[in-house]
This record gives sequence, structure tokens and C-alpha cells, in this order.
Amino acid sequence: MKLGILFSGGKDSVYSAYLAKKHKHELTCLISIFSENKESYMFHTPSISKVKKQAKVMNVPLLIQKTKGKKEEELKDLEEAIKNVKQKYKIQGIVTGAIQSVYQASRIQKICDKLNLECFNPLWQKNEEEYLKELIKNKFKVIIAGVFAYPLDKSWLGREINKEFIEEVKELNNKYKIHPAGEGGEFESFVLDCPLFSKPLEIKSFKDFSTGENSWRREIKIK
Amino acid sequence: MILLISTCKEKFHELEFVKPIEKILSENKISFFTKHHKEITKSDLNKTKKIILSGTSLKDNHFLKDLKNFEWIKETNKPLLGICAGMQIIGLLFNGKLRNKKEIGFYKEDFKKEFLGLKGEQEVYHLHHNYTILPKDFIKFTKSKIPQAIKHKEKKIYGVLFHPEVRNKELILNFVK
Repeated sequence: MKLGILFSGGKDSVYSAYLAKKHKHELTCLISIFSENKESYMFHTPSISKVKKQAKVMNVPLLIQKTKGKKEEELKDLEEAIKNVKQKYKIQGIVTGAIQSVYQASRIQKICDKLNLECFNPLWQKNEEEYLKELIKNKFKVIIAGVFAYPLDKSWLGREINKEFIEEVKELNNKYKIHPAGEGGEFESFVLDCPLFSKPLEIKSFKDFSTGENSWRREIKIK
Repeated sequence: MILLISTCKEKFHELEFVKPIEKILSENKISFFTKHHKEITKSDLNKTKKIILSGTSLKDNHFLKDLKNFEWIKETNKPLLGICAGMQIIGLLFNGKLRNKKEIGFYKEDFKKEFLGLKGEQEVYHLHHNYTILPKDFIKFTKSKIPQAIKHKEKKIYGVLFHPEVRNKELILNFVK
């Protein structure tokens, strides 16, 4: 099936694309929503400009849709983007990286339903720890690009998701209810390498910004 | 041993509609095996204690063309739980008629009688275009107009239109335990 992937460049969307390909579906187009609202309910936005570099090494066309990120307006923008991709690339379905968020998943389900497209959520209800281990096993190199919840701090930026990371977030989940896969928006990730990439992305430089209390973001430049 | 039956046309959809049920069973150390409805054999049905029929995606109605694969449901004495598409299959086999009603997302359903542990008002996750009217010999457990949770009057055949693997995991555990 020709599929459009809702793509933020973070682990969830890249891993969902990987699973789609593993199930012999065609990654026809990546769809990235660039929200001006950093607190968007729907979309993860850090490092989205780097998504272009990822699309290049994946050799998959990328459609970028801008949105002001107002609560329900951004859904119209998303619908518009999916509609365009359907017309241009004749996709038959959409893939999302939703794990627990019924807010995200049900809204995308409604849009797909309206546009007569299949909707795939391959990470739906997945066990977080098992998921993070799968990423490592399948040679995903993922770093933390933003942290947005206490007690996560600046020191977490740039950390790679590895065994040590999993042990630490498990502990934070017990103590502070930090979702181990960051789906509650506690942290956001960026994929530097995975089996879908023809070559790994290399970081040229980066700059860290505080974006509020307990909130840090790393802007990365790719070589 | 529990038999979990996939109703999905696309294998890729099983990650979303079958895997979460498997997760609940394995986290609770309940032994099970999973098969697609097209691959079910008599020996599978004999060796299982209870059976769960999964749901599938909104757009996937292929199971409607394959109802002949489910004829065994009419004869089985094993407890059976049908989820969403699974409930529609049960309904159709017991002469219920298919009707349209689209519901997507969280809804409140009021259980007038206890249904596999659910009582009173409960939040449930819906993802369906269709439902079946209450089949003959079945009881409806919710106050809603359309049947959201049903059970056969004599047999241990249960159906839910919503997806308990998302918000009401205890329902699945109450069924299998």
C-alpha cells in the first residue's frame, strides 16, 4: 500500500515508518507539520527543519505544511496537507506514531475517515520499555532534542537512547510519572541514524535554549 | 490457553488491534496463541479454553465477506469475546442486522448491569462505522440506544463495540480469568 507518514523526525514517526516498510508497504511521502506554536497539542516541533536532511537520506519526498498551531485550526492544516499528498502521490493510507494519545489518534482517524484513507498506528498501546529496547535492537540512533518536565534538565539534551537511558527513565517513571517514551511531551527526540537512512546524519554544531521553567531545547545543525 | 483471532485484512494493522490485546495477556502471564481468522482449524478451537475476536481498522470491512469462516461460533461451547468487528461478526451470525453509526474517540457509556466488571458510567474508546442491532437471544448491558455491550442469554458469548484494550483492560482480564 502507498502510505504517507506523519513525520516529525523523532523516534515515534521514524520507527512507525520503519515498521511500515518492514510490512512491505511503500513509504510514498513524509508529511511534516511545522507549528509556530511550540506548545502545540498535536505536533512535536523541535528540529523539524532537520527533517529535510532525514527525508534526503531516506530518499522519500517530504511535504512541509505550516500552521499557526491554534488548537483546532492546526487540524484543518493537517487535513489540507494530507489531502494534497493524497492527490499528488495517490497514497492509500496514513501512518502515525501515536502510542497512548487518544487526543492525537482519534483526530487523525477522523481526518483519514473523511478523506477515505486507511490509518495505521503501529505503536498503539505499546509497552514503553519494550519499545525503547526495540529501537536499540534495530540500530536506531536517537538523541534527546528537548526536555519539558521536571526533573529532566539541560544535562539530558543530546543524550542517546541506550540501555543506561532506559534504566534512568524507568526510575523517573516510578518517582515522577515521566512517560518512558516521552509521549506526554516530557521529552522530544531526533533520529540521527536507522536502517531507513542511506547514511547517518552528523551533527555539525548545536545550541541549547531555555524555553521556560524545566524546559530546554537543543537546536542542531546537521553537516 | 486463550485463542486470540485477528480479523484484520492487513498484517500491519495487527500491531494496532491485536498486539495491544497480546500485551495485556502476556503482562498478566496468561498463555495464549494468535491466529488469523482464515487459518483457524478445528484443533485450534478444541485446544483453547476461551476465544477473543479482535477488532480492525475503521475502513477494513473485509471480515463481512468472510462470515463463512466464523460459522463455528454458532456451535462452540467455549466462552467467546468479540471486540468491535468481532462483536459485529457475532451479531451477524445470530441474525442481527448491520447498521451505520460512526463513533471515534472517547465516549461515556452507562452500564445498567455489570458487564465483565464494568458498572455505571464508564469512559470507553470507540472506533467504528457500523454496529449490529441486538441479535435474537442476546441481552444489552448499556443504556445507549445502540448495543455497546451484549451477552448471549445462555452461552458465554460476549460482544463489545468499543475497544477495551485501550481504556478498559480489566474487562479483557475479567473475561479470560
